[in-house]
Amino acid sequence: MKLGLAIEELHRSENHLARVLLAVSDRHKADHEVFHVARDIARWSQRHVTELARIGTDFGVDLEPEPAGEPGILERIQQTTADLLGRRPEPGLLLLADLRHVHREAAGVSLDWELLAQAAQGARKRELLALAERCHPDTLRQLRWANATLKVSATQVLVSP
Amino acid sequence: MARVDRIAEPWGTRTPYGPGETWPTRVDAYLADGLGEDDVDRWVQSATILHSNGDGLDIAVKDDRIVGVRGRADDRVNHGRLGPKDLFGWQANHSPDRLTKPLIRRDGELVETDWDTAMDAVAGRCRELLAERGPSSVAFYTTGQLFLEEYYTLGLIAHGGIGTNHVDGNTRLCTATAAAALKETFASDGQPGSYTDLDSADVICLYGHNMAETQTVLWTRILDRLAGPNPPRIVCVDPRETPVARAATVHLAPRPGTNVMLMNAVLHELIGNGWIDRGYVDAHAVGFDELAQRVRDYPPEVAAEVCDVPVAQIREAARIIGTAQRLVSTVLQGFYQSHQATAAAVQVNNVHVLRGMLGRPGCGLLQMNGQPTAQNTREAGADGDLPGFRNWSNESHVAELARIWNVDPMDIPHYSPPTHAMQMFRYAEEGSIRFLYVTATNPAVSLPELARIREILAQERLFLVVQDIFLSETAQLADVVLPAATWGEKTGTFTNVDRTVHLSEKAVDPPGEARPDLDILVDFAHRLDLRDKDGAPLVKWTDPEGAFEGWKECSRGRPCDYSGLSYDRLRQRNGIQWPVTDEHPEGTERIYVDGQFWAQPDYCESYGRDLVTGAPLDETEYRALNPTGRAVLKAAEYLPPHELVSEEFPFQLITGRTLYHFHTRTKTGRAPQLQAAAPEVWVEMAASDAADRGWSEGDVLEVATPRGRVEARLRISGIRPGVLFLPFHYGYWDRPGGAGPDGRGRAANELTLTDWDPCSKQPIFKTAAAAVTRVAPGDGPAPAPTTTGSRPVSGTVPATRGGEDALADEQVRGGSR
Repeated sequence: MKLGLAIEELHRSENHLARVLLAVSDRHKADHEVFHVARDIARWSQRHVTELARIGTDFGVDLEPEPAGEPGILERIQQTTADLLGRRPEPGLLLLADLRHVHREAAGVSLDWELLAQAAQGARKRELLALAERCHPDTLRQLRWANATLKVSATQVLVSP
Repeated sequence: MARVDRIAEPWGTRTPYGPGETWPTRVDAYLADGLGEDDVDRWVQSATILHSNGDGLDIAVKDDRIVGVRGRADDRVNHGRLGPKDLFGWQANHSPDRLTKPLIRRDGELVETDWDTAMDAVAGRCRELLAERGPSSVAFYTTGQLFLEEYYTLGLIAHGGIGTNHVDGNTRLCTATAAAALKETFASDGQPGSYTDLDSADVICLYGHNMAETQTVLWTRILDRLAGPNPPRIVCVDPRETPVARAATVHLAPRPGTNVMLMNAVLHELIGNGWIDRGYVDAHAVGFDELAQRVRDYPPEVAAEVCDVPVAQIREAARIIGTAQRLVSTVLQGFYQSHQATAAAVQVNNVHVLRGMLGRPGCGLLQMNGQPTAQNTREAGADGDLPGFRNWSNESHVAELARIWNVDPMDIPHYSPPTHAMQMFRYAEEGSIRFLYVTATNPAVSLPELARIREILAQERLFLVVQDIFLSETAQLADVVLPAATWGEKTGTFTNVDRTVHLSEKAVDPPGEARPDLDILVDFAHRLDLRDKDGAPLVKWTDPEGAFEGWKECSRGRPCDYSGLSYDRLRQRNGIQWPVTDEHPEGTERIYVDGQFWAQPDYCESYGRDLVTGAPLDETEYRALNPTGRAVLKAAEYLPPHELVSEEFPFQLITGRTLYHFHTRTKTGRAPQLQAAAPEVWVEMAASDAADRGWSEGDVLEVATPRGRVEARLRISGIRPGVLFLPFHYGYWDRPGGAGPDGRGRAANELTLTDWDPCSKQPIFKTAAAAVTRVAPGDGPAPAPTTTGSRPVSGTVPATRGGEDALADEQVRGGSR
């Protein structure tokens, strides 16, 4: 069975999504709602990472339960840049690109959860299925957030000269 | 007739009554200059405007000047009573520094000009920008203090004429969460309660609502119940020891920012103990299983830890709520302006749905308003929503509105939710909004993180128009200042939180060249040459009654239906509750009777949002969730606040109101009795925190956050340890210089953070981390009232008194007892 592999892949993609969300948050400090909400919902992915590591031991995979942590120094420098750029329109386009990126990553994670749920069902692994049923809705909410925020932000960014 | 010092006794004399009885009448009046009622030339009908209660009153006029006020005995809201701000606040109308001529900026200075020049400059710049940058460069920021007719006209101009999505009111700071919470649970704005529910309730819960100071007359009603036979039990949630807390059976003082945790624990107890009406829930609600599952993770023991409230108190509060026969709940800024605002307010709705406490006498739910006409800002679309509680994401609602306005549906922006105030300031900051038209509000003092707001407003590239009655801190930054008429100088209607509509008539002429806001807006529309799709003028009225008739048609068939009302009806009987239709010409006291809501997918105002991310649900999702239009039980997880205390900033800072002032004090600071009662900013701290530092009452402190500093005298009060309270009323207009802090910060919003609830977009004023140091020892007590939430713990502070100048008449006329 390749269940361990699926858990490992999801552990990787959730870790990555959390870091992407934190990096987006850091880059858009002057867009306060993006800054705060991206951090709030990055926590969901971090929680998933811990839970995946815990259940991974049942399937013979040894995963780090601690989420990968805050974005690195380069991304932090970009936070200062975001503050400095707060008065210029370019961050608007950067925001659209970043949200599009979040959406793509979250869509990938969502598919990973689908795969894991299918496998758990097939292999009759109740606990694993319950985990997928508990966590996947969070991913869908992350996905909807990226979509909705993109929609709300797009008009002003694209229509303004 | 009694004469009472209404500064010393803000709620006046008790008139006790029992459950189910009619609240006795007590007529309060104040006339200036020793005048008697016989000296008055005429009495003009109106209602109160320095809070949201909507108390009916008559304005006394002598020699074409306002000389006083008297409560209306026949008004359903107040039964004759008035609060201190109503009795004394009107004097600000006569203030010598009223704006009487338009001002325009020339070579950096504001100079007097004529109306034509000022309005041509305003309309001219707006047209230029529309041509160069389009409607997305134009924004309107209004208030909760104009009249319904003015909001409706403003919304028509902005949405139907200019076609911008950038319209909001300062109601975003005060009642946005009320509207959002109602939309989440009932899929539409509209208050399920009636004030008369207080007459028969056996349990009254006040969540983050210091009603004693924000709606003094409504609190008087509760005080009279408490003084009568079989009084109600009171549950209070507030980190301060307010007058409400002192009257409470149970007072919960949670750590700021933990309301969702607390409410989830209460719901945990209600469901766990079976204190719910399962039949009602099954018949009239969706979402029960998810809610039950969610709150299973929130036992009182967990909440006690996170909220730092004794577990027994949480259980006791839940038991009182769970065993109430007739439950009234009210919610205000302690929830609305705190972390997870909408999620917390929604849990109060959930209590009422779970217990089936809706649509019956004594079972009222009031998601309160803070301002007198905030309800109308929301109804008429001046908060950015479409008028008549129409759903911006329902094409047929937009099409219907386009028919009423005779414009193309494409001309009404509805591609995304309306731009909220904080986002408008963000767009101005980044330069995509270049024209901001501010009416009757003072963002340079009232918005969070003032240093940032002042910088945004002062930008050269932003054309700022301010329409006001005084040269506020915001007006001082304007390119054009338009002098407006105020209450008593113009006619219009407004609606309070229990849906009661009052007509407020013009009593006297405005000073100098000041004009009613409606006239100015209509003038603006004409100068822009806004037209409907047949080429006729877009705004088809020129006076308040014409605007009201237009609004009636717009509201027809919607929840806030005014179609059965008229100025004549309101002149005969002022104070009628909507919906008012031809079938119900006397109005409707109770909505949501028998679990009938306005939540059907085709009819509802909103499909709801995600309580954590704020992402709107779309029509398909809503139809799947709630196909038959039931109430929606929405669960929410607790999230820790965004700004946590640290070694450097060890206190939690909350801001708020005091009984004697309103907003940025532009009126109450100019009424001598009110100003004297609370003359200067102060900061509250618990006795234990002060003792730890060896500080005393009246010491001069500096409160600091990463955003700024404020200097204030220390009031040692009954506030929760670890929390500081600053009143937000004090800005700079009555300081030398008058525009900004100039070294010594005074406005609480120098300190607050830029963060808002993702669902209601209401800024968070009550969860900032702060440091505090002593600047100098004091030479006497802090300038804070002793009658209110700022009551000192020490008995040596002289009591707040108004003296001879604050004596008002009280005439008790008895009730049914």
